Formats: sequence, C-alpha cells, structure tokens
Amino acid sequence: MTPRLTLATALRVVQQLRADHRTVALLLLLPCVLIGLLAWVFDGGPVFDRIGPALLGVFPFTVMFVVTSITTLRERTSGTLERLLATPLGKGDFLGGYAVAFGMVAVAQAGIATAFAIGVCGLQVAGSPWALVGVAAASALVGNALGLFASAFARTEFQAVQFMPAFVLPQFLLCGLIVPRDQMPAVLEAVSHVLPLSYAVDAMNAVSRSADGGAEALADVALLAAFALGALTLGALTLRRRTP
Amino acid sequence: MRTRGLRVRRGPREVLHGVDLDVPAGQVVGLLGPSGGGKSTLMRAVVGVQVVQAGEVTVLGQPAGAPGLRSRVGYVTQAPSVYGDLTVRANLRYFATVMGAGRPAVDEVVEQTGLRGQVGQRASTLSGGQLSRLSLAAALLGEPELLVLDEPTVGLDPVLRRDLWDLFGRLSGAGVTLLVSSHVMDEATRCDRLVLLRHGEVLADDTLAGLLERTGAPDVEHAFLELVEHAPPPVGWSGP
Ligand SMILES: Nc1ncnc2c1ncn2[C@@H]1O[C@H](COP(=O)(O)OP(=O)(O)OP(=O)(O)O)[C@@H](O)[C@H]1O
Ligand SMILES: [Mg+2]
Repeated sequence: MTPRLTLATALRVVQQLRADHRTVALLLLLPCVLIGLLAWVFDGGPVFDRIGPALLGVFPFTVMFVVTSITTLRERTSGTLERLLATPLGKGDFLGGYAVAFGMVAVAQAGIATAFAIGVCGLQVAGSPWALVGVAAASALVGNALGLFASAFARTEFQAVQFMPAFVLPQFLLCGLIVPRDQMPAVLEAVSHVLPLSYAVDAMNAVSRSADGGAEALADVALLAAFALGALTLGALTLRRRTP
Repeated sequence: MRTRGLRVRRGPREVLHGVDLDVPAGQVVGLLGPSGGGKSTLMRAVVGVQVVQAGEVTVLGQPAGAPGLRSRVGYVTQAPSVYGDLTVRANLRYFATVMGAGRPAVDEVVEQTGLRGQVGQRASTLSGGQLSRLSLAAALLGEPELLVLDEPTVGLDPVLRRDLWDLFGRLSGAGVTLLVSSHVMDEATRCDRLVLLRHGEVLADDTLAGLLERTGAPDVEHAFLELVEHAPPPVGWSGP
C-alpha cells in the first residue's frame, strides 16, 4: 500500500460522486426524510426515542453496502479494474481508497442525520451526539467492506441490487431494532451475535440511553472495525490480478 | 518479449494451443487474425492479467505480470476502459498518479492523441473514437517500454489513424516496443513484423515483404486469405 496512491484513488472516487448530484442528494438527505417520517409516525414519543438511534446506525450500513457493491461491480465490468490491476496500484490502495472516500461520505451523512434527528425531531439522547456520529461511521465502514466483498459474486448490477435484501434485511430483522435481541428465540439470538449490524445497534443504544455508555459503545465499535477488516480482507482476496 | 508453449483455456475451450512468439525490442509488431482467434487473450497473457494453463511469457526479461513490470508496460483493452463520469483531464490525472507520471505527462499524451479540445469534457459524452483515444492516452502515461494495444484504431477516420500510426512509429523510433492488434489490413504496412493468429495458433510470423514473397500474394489482405485458407485445420477443429 502506498499512501499517495490510496489518496489519489479516494480523490478519484469523490470526484466521481461529485459529478453525480442526484446520488449525493440522496445520500445526504434520504436518512433525514426517513427519520422525519419515523418521528411523525410515532409522534415523537418514547418509541421514537427507542428506535431512532438504532436507525441512525442502520442507514449508513445499508446505504454504503449498496453504493459500494454497485460502484466496485462497475469497475469490474467496465475494464477499469483490469487496467488498474495491471499498473503499480496495490489492491490495498484500491480498497483503501474506496474506504476513505465512502468513509468521509458516511461521516457527512451521519452528521447531518444525527443533527436532524436531535435538532428537528427532538430525539432524546443521553450520551454525546458525536459518539452517535462515530458509531454511524464505523457502521458505514462495515457496509462498505461487505459491499465490496459481495460485488465479487454479482455478474450484473441487477444481481448486485438483489444482494441488498439478501445481506442486509436478515441483519435488519435480527439486530435488535424490532425485538430486543435477548427476547428472541435462542437460535436467532445466537445468529445475531455474529452479525455486525447487531453491534452497531448495541453501540447506538448504549450511547443514547446513558451518559456513560461510551465505554460499552467503544467495545462494540472495536468489534465493528474487526468485522470491517475481515470483510476487506475477504474482498481483497476476490480482487484477482489474473482472471480466466 | 517472448512466449513459449503458451496455452490458455477460457471457459470450456482451449483458446491458445501452445503459442511461440518473439517480439523484438523497439519494433512494431502487428497481431492480425480472424475474430475470435485469440488476439486479445494473447495480449492479456503478455500483460499478466490472464490465467494461463501452461507455457512461459517473458516480458523485458521478467515473467509477465511481475510487479517490476507494472510501470513499464502500457495496456489498452479492446473496450475503452476509463471512468465515464470523470472528465478527460481527471481520468488522465488519476492514471498518471497511478503510473508514477507527473502532470506534464498528461498534457503530452493529450497532444499525442489529439484530445486537446476535449480535456474538460466528461468521458461518457465523448464520441466512440475520442473515447478509444482517451483509453490509449491513459496507457501512454509514464513512458512505458512496452505498449500492448488491442485494436487502438477501431472507429477512427483515416486521418486520425494515420496520425496514430505516425505516433506509434515515433515511439518505436524512441525504443518503445509495440504489440498492436488490428483488423485493418492496410495498417499492416506500418508494422515491422506481422503475426497471424488463427484458432489459437500462429500461422505466420514474418515481415510484410517475407509474407508477400512466401504466399505470392499482391497485398496483405490476399496473403492473409491465402494463409488462412491453405493452413491445415487446427487442433480439435470440427468444421465451421
Ligand atoms: N471470458 C471468456 N469465457 C469463455 N470464452 C471466452 C472468454 N473470452 C474469450 N473467449 C473465447 O476465446 C476465444 C478467443 O477470444 P479473443 O477475445 O482472444 O479473440 P480475438 O482474436 O481478440 O477476437 P476479436 O478480433 O473479435 O477481438 C473466442 O472464441 C472467445 O469466444
Ligand atoms: Mg479481441
């Protein structure tokens, strides 16, 4: 890995995103719309305070999964990946560049969504709002890494889009957002322990419920980082310089 | 650059059946042959992005695909491979950084490929010929010693094609080795050597003069037809 090449790749990805105003608008504003809708549905009551923070952890994961799996699939099918892998660019530079670029987008997205939830929708958070943004960024990174990995198994963009429900929806059901994880059947609870989104939601809950939930959240964030690293490593294995 | 006994399987079939090929340094070698004959596959093997079953490929004294070669070999894929949502300039600046070339190199390849009027234009809005020239420009960055160009002149008008072949000539004069595939037979006259690849086998590897003399044909096109039609059927070939 060469920092200069990683940064050049990140810059290139950001330039590509910037050229696509509609995607940028969707990335930054859609979470606010959905959170606003949720607050409205529950009339800003205690249910909103319970699931609002968890949702702030689910958005970045889902959105980054979709965006990354489609963009890397596009690189694979357009021939640009083949070209890049024939140059001195390392696989780490390629993956790292995407992680840095989308990581920045995720922080911006989380910052706007958190500010909107607290400032406009009146979400009650006991801990620091910055901790919420930090957890959201970690969650985004996992979505990022998993999307990269998943793109290796899609031949077409159509398939890649279908991976979203396959990879994300089961995690969404089991992450504790709908039913707290310790109230689920034992088998499902066991499964939920190995799914990264569970830890994103745990961390969000820890921060939002008590002022000193930071330490607990930190452990969850460390686990999320481990998940991201694992998925990135698997993703790197699917980037082959030589193809059949 | 040389290959010995190169065998490549793609999908269920073997596409290259033991190719032996030498490309002398500093020469322009034209790779000709019917569609599906294995030209692109051979080029991918030379660049080191193709899984090969057997044989060896040596490029600039190293095994193809060696890390040390990646900044010394320029490669243009048959389908233009650039970022459609970036401008010509942004594309070239990125590839320049990757190849370890500076900003001046970007201006230089823009001039060489006649894209000065398009630098600020998004690649997805370029015409077909402009797009393939951008793809070529990206491969010229970093002054590679070997250029592997898969049909770089497809879709270009005669003036542009002449200009590009002039460029290839200048590059080879400066010591660059070029392996160029083409379907346009009159381009063969601009090559130092010609390689005819059919059904994964080298039918001929000669100079233009040598080829014409051997076949008694008046031009490349007829020499090509002569060789293709009188060659023995290839391994495993069960008729068209
Ligand atoms: N990914 C692949 N899977 C299976 N078969 C493939 C694949 N790519 C190429 N082939 C087959 O390999 C053979 C050689 O293909 P190649 O692209 O090297 O031909 P070519 O000489 O470059 O043809 P053209 O002049 O049309 O570009 C063809 O029969 C093609 O159908
Ligand atoms: Mg081809």
